[in-house]
Amino acid sequence: MIKQSSLTKKFIMAFAGIFLVLFLLVHLGINLFILPITVNHQEIFGQAVQFMTSNPLVKVIEIVLFLTFLIHMVYGIILQIQNWIARPKRYRREGWSQTSFFSKFMIHTGIIILIFLVIHFINFYFVKLGWTAPPTGQAPVLGDHDFYHMAVNLFSNTTYAVIYIVLLILLGFHLSHAFQSAFQSLGLNHSKYTPIIRWLGYAYSVIVPLGFICIPLYFLIF
Amino acid sequence: MKLRLKIWRQPNATEKGKFATYDMDNVSPEMSFLEMLDSLNGTLVEKGEMPVAFEHDCREGICGSCGLYINGHPHGPQKLATTCHLYMRVFRDGQTIVVEPWRARPFPVIRDLIVDRTSLEKILVAGGYISVDTGQAAESNTTKIQKENADESYDSAVCIGCGACVAACKNASAMLFVSAKVSQFALLPQGKVEAKRRVQRMVARMDELGFGNCTNSYACEAECPKGIKITNIARMNREFWKAKVCGQKTV
Repeated sequence: MIKQSSLTKKFIMAFAGIFLVLFLLVHLGINLFILPITVNHQEIFGQAVQFMTSNPLVKVIEIVLFLTFLIHMVYGIILQIQNWIARPKRYRREGWSQTSFFSKFMIHTGIIILIFLVIHFINFYFVKLGWTAPPTGQAPVLGDHDFYHMAVNLFSNTTYAVIYIVLLILLGFHLSHAFQSAFQSLGLNHSKYTPIIRWLGYAYSVIVPLGFICIPLYFLIF
Repeated sequence: MKLRLKIWRQPNATEKGKFATYDMDNVSPEMSFLEMLDSLNGTLVEKGEMPVAFEHDCREGICGSCGLYINGHPHGPQKLATTCHLYMRVFRDGQTIVVEPWRARPFPVIRDLIVDRTSLEKILVAGGYISVDTGQAAESNTTKIQKENADESYDSAVCIGCGACVAACKNASAMLFVSAKVSQFALLPQGKVEAKRRVQRMVARMDELGFGNCTNSYACEAECPKGIKITNIARMNREFWKAKVCGQKTV
């Protein structure tokens, strides 16, 4: 893995990243039904949860997803360590000419997202497996698949909601560099399409975290 | 102009270096940065001190031997200029200027501001050439080359190999340099013959020498004195892909 070519590692990072970007869209699509966007939003959310936890194809994709997360993290860390080694002595006056500002903090935002992921697992995925107790609060949680009430309980907790919002903003920073970077790593740079990819990336990194943030915000305000 | 210079002094590769401070009083704004250093060295020699060692050759911006990290920028704050083409008028009177050598593991300091950039040559030896006999100068239009390709190949070929991209990159990555060399050949019919072997060999050598990985920050493009574009890096990535997937032999 360490001996692999630098370009191969970048390809793998990019592929894994794009898969995770697609996953976030699906995740957001389902999560939005926690909000009263339709009359029977709770029912639709329940059905989606039912589908995601029982469909055999989703089970397979779930394993691929976990592996993707793992690969993205491991490769990210290896690349970062190699990059640190490549400059043993730093400059006294560091340059700030980077045109992509958040690229400087990918490892930092990445590690914070990883910590959040662990918390997320303890709150939801491990509950489904029966390893941890569901988050308690005002709403009674009906069984270990009742993600709706678990989410309601968590987001009603102001501290949790604020941490969640901050973390999603950091995820947005991570994505704002990651999106266009993935395409560049795959060699997909084109005078016509790269500007579109960049704008799409910026739009994605604002809209998707904002979509997730809407949910705790709703519970904080109402 | 009055200036305060903080210059990295290191007697040789093995001894530890440190910053030395020099105050200069009579700096003309019309001097180039190297002329200013010459003038400083004149005073140092008169005082019986060791002059500051720095590399230079053509002083016309084409040889790529000058290269100092000045106030956080390789080749200084001026865009599209090498250190020899940097003039003192871009600095303010009374400004403090920090001058450092290129910092990267594959660029060990030889003395003061001079670093060993042989590693860039080593990458070129691995594949930065064509072995096909191009013969005598042919009739024009004998080999058909798309205008855009000819232009892009030329734009990549203007790389002078100074290493500013490595110095600017937060990861000390040489991808802009390598990709410019890969692109320059890959875009022309004569270079296509060895394209698959070339890209694999050059990338492998680059990794072996201990350069960092590209994180697409594009500082290299912003600092390159010759305006080499990051589209070259994307092209190298494509060429590498093509070679690994479609090439009959993995190099």
